[in-house]
Amino acid sequence: MAHETEHKLEIFRGLIKFKSNVQKIWGVLIFLSIVTAIEVVLGIVKPEALMAQFLSMKLINWIFVILTLVKAYYITWDFMHMRDEKFGLQVSVVITLIFLIGYAAFIFLVEGNYIYDIMYEGFVSWNF
Amino acid sequence: MSSTVSSTEIQPELTQEPRPLNASYGKLMMWFFIVSDALTFTGFLIAYGFSRFKNIDSWPIADEVFTHFPGLHGVDAPMYYVALMTFILIFSSVTMVLAVDAGHKMQKDKVIFYMFLTIIGGAVFVGSQAWEWKNFIKGEYGALETRGGMIIQFVDSNNNKRLSIEDFAVYKPQYREQHKKNNGLWFQSEPALDEYSVAEVTEGFMADPSIVVRMEKIDEKGHKIVLNRQQSIEKVKQAVYVVRGANLIHNEYGNRLFADFFFFITGFHGFHVFSGVIINIIIFINVLLGTYEKRGHYEMVEKVGLYWHFVDLVWVFVFTFFYLV
Repeated sequence: MAHETEHKLEIFRGLIKFKSNVQKIWGVLIFLSIVTAIEVVLGIVKPEALMAQFLSMKLINWIFVILTLVKAYYITWDFMHMRDEKFGLQVSVVITLIFLIGYAAFIFLVEGNYIYDIMYEGFVSWNF
Repeated sequence: MSSTVSSTEIQPELTQEPRPLNASYGKLMMWFFIVSDALTFTGFLIAYGFSRFKNIDSWPIADEVFTHFPGLHGVDAPMYYVALMTFILIFSSVTMVLAVDAGHKMQKDKVIFYMFLTIIGGAVFVGSQAWEWKNFIKGEYGALETRGGMIIQFVDSNNNKRLSIEDFAVYKPQYREQHKKNNGLWFQSEPALDEYSVAEVTEGFMADPSIVVRMEKIDEKGHKIVLNRQQSIEKVKQAVYVVRGANLIHNEYGNRLFADFFFFITGFHGFHVFSGVIINIIIFINVLLGTYEKRGHYEMVEKVGLYWHFVDLVWVFVFTFFYLV
């Protein structure tokens, strides 16, 4: 079975190197907690500067999405040990999901936006 | 090169299990399952995103819906509770990965300890979600619904605070009682009558000139539009139904789809957590019995760990798209 030495112990591209797998787990927990705390603080404070629209979404929402993807990366790579798997396995899981989710999200959100426009500009009242 | 391969030539290679991508059969199949299950959740969340973009100017604001925290009654505490739930789930993920690590080193006692903590964490999370559902279903302020399905909420114009319909509705004796088996036809009954009728709420509203209506619509700054008294009276006249709390058909928070997606997405995720806890308990019992000690490896703990982390991963996305964005 796998042994201690088989784990890759670097995160942030080698910026932080842990001595053991257990240490790495706690390190990643601290990192994930910090990211969650940032999200919660931003969600409660809602800084006025981040309310600007960017690519049909508020800037703050883009920040939330990016921070979520960061968290997803570290959960998959360090908790699910994807970092220790073969490149082929990493690619077949991640590329499949990125392609399908990205594609579906794009077409459905564009369509939702289109239907909003139709209802907004149409001559039928939806508020009665 | 000969065109035939004798069976003796390939026999030695088959004595070992083939390991495509250097992963065992069980782990590979778990990854297959995780990818397909991730796509199921994608379907739910994208449907949510679709409906939200379709109603972008009238979607309920999560901060105003989920404001409860255990022990803090009447205190406006947006997001703290979900943040706590998120942390509980991430922490149970950590204890799970520590159990997997202890399994690699064949330390049975440590595996038992960490798996026990994981099960507790999962159970606490499911319990927290049940509490969240209870608050959501019970509701806080109540509202009126118009013929077009729009929600009308009430605000005190003096201090801009939300008003519960209980605060101002007048009591008018019902012209009839609920039809139960013991007071009417013995073979028939009907669901409980609404506590407040539209007439009672409307009369209370008309009596107090400081009450105004808060609409579903959002202005450019992201706040719900509050009408003046004259417009409010017009709106209240269109009401046909009193809504208190939430179910799959009506909810007092705003768009009907909001409650539907809340129940389906968090319910589906909660069911995953629940089944994860059950699977964890089964593996936990096996660890206690020494099954994996005899087998020589703790790969089952690793596999159930993959599932558990996946559930955590999904919650990270649900948290973002339901509570933050």
